[in-house]
Amino acid sequence: MKLKGWKELKPGAVITDAGNSVEFKTGSWRSFRPIWKEENCIQCLFCWIYCPDMAIKVKDGKRAEFDYDFCKGCGICALECPGKKGKKAIIMVEEGK
Amino acid sequence: MAQVVAVTGNEAVANALRQVNPDVCAAYPITPQTEMMQRFANFVSNGNVKTELILVESEHSSMSACVGASAAGGRVVTATSSQGLALMYEILYIASGTRLPIIMPVVNRALSAPLNIHGDHSDAMGARDTGWIQLWSENAQEAYDNTIQAFRIAEHMDIRLPAMVCLDGFIISHSIERIEYLEDEEVKKFVGEFKPLNPLLDTGHPVSYGPLILTDYYMEYRKAQDEIASKVSGIVLKVAADFEKMSGRKYGLFETYRLDDAEIGLVILNSAAGTSKDVVDEFRDRGIKAGLLKPRLYRPFPFVETGEALKHLKAVCVLDRADAFGGSYGPVFLDIATSLYPYKEKPVLINKIYGLGGRDYLPEHAELVLSELAGIAKTGSVRSYKEYIGVRE
Repeated sequence: MKLKGWKELKPGAVITDAGNSVEFKTGSWRSFRPIWKEENCIQCLFCWIYCPDMAIKVKDGKRAEFDYDFCKGCGICALECPGKKGKKAIIMVEEGK
Repeated sequence: MAQVVAVTGNEAVANALRQVNPDVCAAYPITPQTEMMQRFANFVSNGNVKTELILVESEHSSMSACVGASAAGGRVVTATSSQGLALMYEILYIASGTRLPIIMPVVNRALSAPLNIHGDHSDAMGARDTGWIQLWSENAQEAYDNTIQAFRIAEHMDIRLPAMVCLDGFIISHSIERIEYLEDEEVKKFVGEFKPLNPLLDTGHPVSYGPLILTDYYMEYRKAQDEIASKVSGIVLKVAADFEKMSGRKYGLFETYRLDDAEIGLVILNSAAGTSKDVVDEFRDRGIKAGLLKPRLYRPFPFVETGEALKHLKAVCVLDRADAFGGSYGPVFLDIATSLYPYKEKPVLINKIYGLGGRDYLPEHAELVLSELAGIAKTGSVRSYKEYIGVRE
């Protein structure tokens, strides 16, 4: 996104376009990346409930991929994930590895 | 027809606010402003205005309530003095940075400690760089006139900045003077209907106020705010021209008194300028070319015009009713010195600190200063660049 110059700004930093936080891609803050292991997923949707950033997509009532544009890598989903037979369906891996 | 009355400065400004009939007023009492808001509260109780009066628990809250009401889209006023202004400090920046045209009479009073309730300029000087417009007033008439003009200046769509109207505590706020009131209808027409800009209450166009602006945009917003300062002088003059048509009373960025051919001059704010003008006349009668400059628009400071008005003098004394502790000179001196900095030929400048905590400024003080200036103009030698006057050793 091209940054605006000072002449283009609204007085007093007022935001006049509602719902524009979708343009602010916070996924770049992430240092750990959650990986979904579908074979260990029991479709409990705990990850969807616990995610503070609505970064778990759900399609037709089933768990779908992460929304990496907005996942900050907090790891709450991985912590809450019950997995299957002791094996987690979400694991965290360091970004860039 | 103008109505001639005998009123206090506080009463005059309260009446100006009644005539404007703002949407919201959030106020907290503090000497010597209390009488102003008390009188305005009477207008509210008696149904003379339709203003929503919010009685808050502190000045921090009064300014915060003003910010909220102004962002909501209302025409908003408050008033304060001294410690009250100091307590507002944090929110003053929020009002100006958010570009909210709140109008606030400031009845100038000394700051504690030691505790003192009388008139000096320490309070408003501390707030001079908060991004607010400041109009200073010599007497009750000017305070009344400045209050009415402040609405037009602050609310101008090219400006949208909050404005303080400064008047001296007790000396002006509590002294009864003869002043001329405008007709209610004239004032109403002059200030016009309030035009909100991005109001929060316009639910058809939802907006957010007060976002977090980090390293990528903060400087751009600050640059935009700095740029408005250059537009204020022009609008102050335009509003003054309209005001003169209505009232017959002339205002500028500053007042010059017998300054055009002067060799020595005083620069002094507010009520003490009146005393000084009498002494300037006495010196003129003795054949000494004395003059005076009284700043009116002190923020944003019209430094180019001020420098131009003073550059031909031989010696100038800037009198400050506040000191800048740990700095070099008083605050007005620093601005005047800056305004003269670009000129090769310029007057010798000296600084006197006077009248702190309401200490009387007497004609004798102006006489001493003008005599000293006459000596400097003749010999070029300066005894002291900065000193307190009217103080016991």
